[in-house]
Amino acid sequence: MTAVELDRVTLSIGTHTVLAEASFAIHPGEFIGVLGPNGAGKTTLLRAVLGLLRPGAGSLHVFGQAPRRGDRTIGYLPQVRTVLPDLRLRGIDFIASSWHGGRWGLPSLTRAERGMIDETLDLVGARELAHRPFAAMSGGERQRLLLAQALLGSPRLLLLDEPLISLDPHHQRAVVELTKSLQTELGIAVLFSAHELNPLLGALDRVLYLGGGQAALGTVDDVISGPVLSRLYGSDIDVVRLHGRIFVMSGSHDVEHDEHRHDDHRDDDGAAHRHGHQGVHPGHA
Amino acid sequence: MTARRIGTAIKGCIPAMLDYDFMRNAFAAATVVALVAGMVGYFLVLRGQTFAGHALAHVGFTGATGAVLLGIAPLWGMVLMTVAAGLGMGLMGERLAQRDVAIGLVLALSLGFGLLFLHFFTAFATQATALLFGNVLAVDVGTVWTLLGLGGVSLAALAVVSRPLLFASLQPELAEAKGVSLRLHGVLFLAIVALATAECAQIVGVLLVFTLMVGPAAAAQRLTGGVGKGVALSATLALFEAWGGIALAYVTDWPASFWITVLSAAIYLLATLPRAAWARGATPAG
Repeated sequence: MTAVELDRVTLSIGTHTVLAEASFAIHPGEFIGVLGPNGAGKTTLLRAVLGLLRPGAGSLHVFGQAPRRGDRTIGYLPQVRTVLPDLRLRGIDFIASSWHGGRWGLPSLTRAERGMIDETLDLVGARELAHRPFAAMSGGERQRLLLAQALLGSPRLLLLDEPLISLDPHHQRAVVELTKSLQTELGIAVLFSAHELNPLLGALDRVLYLGGGQAALGTVDDVISGPVLSRLYGSDIDVVRLHGRIFVMSGSHDVEHDEHRHDDHRDDDGAAHRHGHQGVHPGHA
Repeated sequence: MTARRIGTAIKGCIPAMLDYDFMRNAFAAATVVALVAGMVGYFLVLRGQTFAGHALAHVGFTGATGAVLLGIAPLWGMVLMTVAAGLGMGLMGERLAQRDVAIGLVLALSLGFGLLFLHFFTAFATQATALLFGNVLAVDVGTVWTLLGLGGVSLAALAVVSRPLLFASLQPELAEAKGVSLRLHGVLFLAIVALATAECAQIVGVLLVFTLMVGPAAAAQRLTGGVGKGVALSATLALFEAWGGIALAYVTDWPASFWITVLSAAIYLLATLPRAAWARGATPAG
């Protein structure tokens, strides 16, 4: 059985078609880097897998079933949002709120549930960390904790939406390495969306590149190539490899790098963000 | 020290204070309202909706004065108006949340209507002050029972929604993905806030609802790291402030609402101090 399978799926937001007739399959236990310009539909795709957005056409399956909200086989780390600076709430209370968070009643946990949360925190080495105020943590520490949260209930698929955003290179590496070790250890599939490709090199099994309503899934060598990316971007793209890093260039201009200078890009959907160039933004160098 | 003298005076006065019916009623009403305000207020502050609480109180003023004009008890007019407004605000949701100007104008308009109703009912000046600033010493036994009933409903409703409400407040994106309706919980919560506001206004008046709903909760959130402890501390602080305010009013003959605002502000200030000092002492690392 596949973890995620799309068969001629079309995804739209309002009248804007984000993905047109895309077909691909992701296997259990695979680490997939989801890349593409802002507005190419990375978040939209994740939302469709979560059952928050119905495909306009085609069929989408998650472990052989139609997506449904609250699917326990999926762990999800949404793109980061604001945290109230005054809030002294401990990390553990913050993430514990998500455990059966939709149930009516008091937010109390049984001893067994607390034990389960502690064990999950151990997976990411955050048991101690979790007792500090969430708002006082660094970006990297928060991502570690939120990764543990996504793992609660032993999902078989992790959806991580831009977990590297606004982290420095050191913390980016730490988050990627942690995700990689969890993927191997627990044998779960990972969809890891990112602005830049380079931090993910070495960790990912295959790349899912989105652009121009299309999707290309394959190995880095297959997908990150001039012809494939030119098709997705709808303009001439050169791929330059240098010292084990990959740069995606439009003419003399590094499209990924320029795109990603704007750290305030929160959503990647909607065609709104067109800075300077032709709205090209992939997995940056 | 003045503070010590007042403290000794209070101690000496407690048995005497409770000899009076109106004092017993005041303490009973304050107890119910403080517990409700402290607990509901915790979530109000957590969700960053304190302005909504303030707005609902103003709308309540229109309800109360309108009710008097129609010959109904002001409390029920207030309950009706605040709950209706709370549901309305909840249904408008995000669209309303960012509109300070719109909310501000509705607030002013509510007070304006309240004023008009008072104008039609000219013999009503004392009660106007009571509505605006509260008069806990004038609460009768019947009102205490009504408050107890309303308070029970508010807290029972809060207990039922607290789990999904906490999740939706802390992590809306994830909660939505997990199938929790943000809108449903937003609406239910504002209805609870509306009820709590109407109760709170009986003690401190519509203009000072902030002092019991927001002050203790904000202080508690700065002092505690857990949700349960935070809610308990918020309720305890609100109780202390309400009781303290009434006791000080008995001793000084100044309005209880005044003392409650003083205690609320003082406690919030104290709660922020250690954190500010800590932040100054610590050097920002990595």
